[in-house]
Amino acid sequence: MSNTSKKLNNSTVSPSGLGAYFKEVFNAVKSLFVGLRRTGYYFTHHKEIITQQYPDNRETLNLPERFKGEVVMPHNENNEHRCTGCTACELACPNGTIKVITKFDITPDGKKKKAIDKLVYHLELCTMCNLCITACPSDAIVMAQTFEHSVFDRSQLTKILNNPGSKIMEGIE
Amino acid sequence: MYRQTEIISDDSESPSPGGFGEAGDLIINVGPQHPATHGVLHLVITLNGETIKKVEPHLGYIHRSIEKMCESLTYRQFIYVTSRMDYLSAHINNHACALCVEKGLQLEIPHRAQVVRVLLDELTRIASHELWWGALAMDVGAFTPFFHAFRERETINDIMEETCGARLTMNYFVPGGLMADIHPNFQKRVKEFISLYKLKIKEYDELITGNIIFQNRMKNVGYLSAEDAISYGCSGPTARGSGLSCDIRKLYPYEVYDKISFNEVIENGGDSFARYMVRIKEMNESIKIIEQLIDNIPEGDFQAKTKVVLKLPKGEFYSRVETARGELGVFIVSEGGTTPYRIKFRSPGFSNLSALDHMARGSKLGDLIAMMGTLDLVIPDIDR
Repeated sequence: MSNTSKKLNNSTVSPSGLGAYFKEVFNAVKSLFVGLRRTGYYFTHHKEIITQQYPDNRETLNLPERFKGEVVMPHNENNEHRCTGCTACELACPNGTIKVITKFDITPDGKKKKAIDKLVYHLELCTMCNLCITACPSDAIVMAQTFEHSVFDRSQLTKILNNPGSKIMEGIE
Repeated sequence: MYRQTEIISDDSESPSPGGFGEAGDLIINVGPQHPATHGVLHLVITLNGETIKKVEPHLGYIHRSIEKMCESLTYRQFIYVTSRMDYLSAHINNHACALCVEKGLQLEIPHRAQVVRVLLDELTRIASHELWWGALAMDVGAFTPFFHAFRERETINDIMEETCGARLTMNYFVPGGLMADIHPNFQKRVKEFISLYKLKIKEYDELITGNIIFQNRMKNVGYLSAEDAISYGCSGPTARGSGLSCDIRKLYPYEVYDKISFNEVIENGGDSFARYMVRIKEMNESIKIIEQLIDNIPEGDFQAKTKVVLKLPKGEFYSRVETARGELGVFIVSEGGTTPYRIKFRSPGFSNLSALDHMARGSKLGDLIAMMGTLDLVIPDIDR
């Protein structure tokens, strides 16, 4: 503690007496006005205000395309998706957010083919870590930029990602 | 353990059953829900009048057993959990874990990924120190600086959002490199931030550093000598404020830190103001590092080729990085499987908090919050 007490003496009780005392008082008052000047500058310069008026700016709000808001499965205009039901996303997920329920379709030439029945996604468990997206070999799921996930009932957060009646796109294995 | 505020009556000769204090002492609780503790930290303070006799931190209010959780997650999956430890330097936490897994796999990381990792680490450090600066000013009673700090921090968060897709818990560093390549706008946005930062950092000094009230609250308060910093295991700016050289980036360089020039900021004061100055100067050093690297991001892959299922060989692996708060160590014991057998995090906040009792003894209650502010505590990092 000797180190600190030495410094205390130097800063508050200066050897040169009264002149230094008034100088210190002057500097102390000056330091307060320097800070106040900065506050006053922003009080008079409204253009520097950067506050975003959410939710009033919802129409113009642009989130970056990589923003991780929610997992979705894009479908094309024929109600077709790219998911093969390989369960790579289910294995990659650290929280058990995704559950792939598969079924067997009968192809026109009589063969059995594995396809997804439901891809259940629990938004309430998801931490948006992006591991399922990177694990997917056929780019069937992507992250959407939605972020307003509030609902009144928790069960509404459990979603089925594939549309009803959808089927897999041609040529995806 | 919850203990009600109580005045131990003068007639009791022996100390109270719990072992707190002597006759005439006042025991008060700060927290677990208190705005100045920045989280669920519970301090049991033994007071004699206004003088602190003892500070006892009680932990466990935000314990999520992250170490145990990691044992059931694969080497790709467990990294995301560590963003939730020291959430203000999430990138750097992920970095430590990725480094440890890469050490086990003996992976060579592409040069581009190394440079981008260092860039994002330093941006995170600035963002973290800026939040600390605003919160410290609020702890000692100044409200405006908080908004000034968040203005610059917002710019960094926007850069993170664009490149990593999240603002706080990014999960962008994966074993082998980066999850995705940097955004095309990344370099432009970072340069914009550097010019903005250089314009605005002067305001920080005008508002707070030179302010006489702030200086009197900080100087000669919370003294921690270099010997005590070592014996309590302090690291990061807390120890460097006591004149201790402990920057992992300098002493045990990882990635490209040995190829760039920057100074290790050391102040010899040992008081709260020295720790404050270390962090302010460290932000400038981080800007220096970013300026050196931002135009020299090499072309190439952003990720090394890895197997789909990562398996670490049997053995023990340790890696350490310098987070915004100090040294973070990750220790993995592998049995050769896809999940770690045991994982241990050496978090900087825990050791820094242990020095609080030593620093606070003998000082006034009002200074305790200022001292705690300069330790830069993040409670989920302490509790895990």
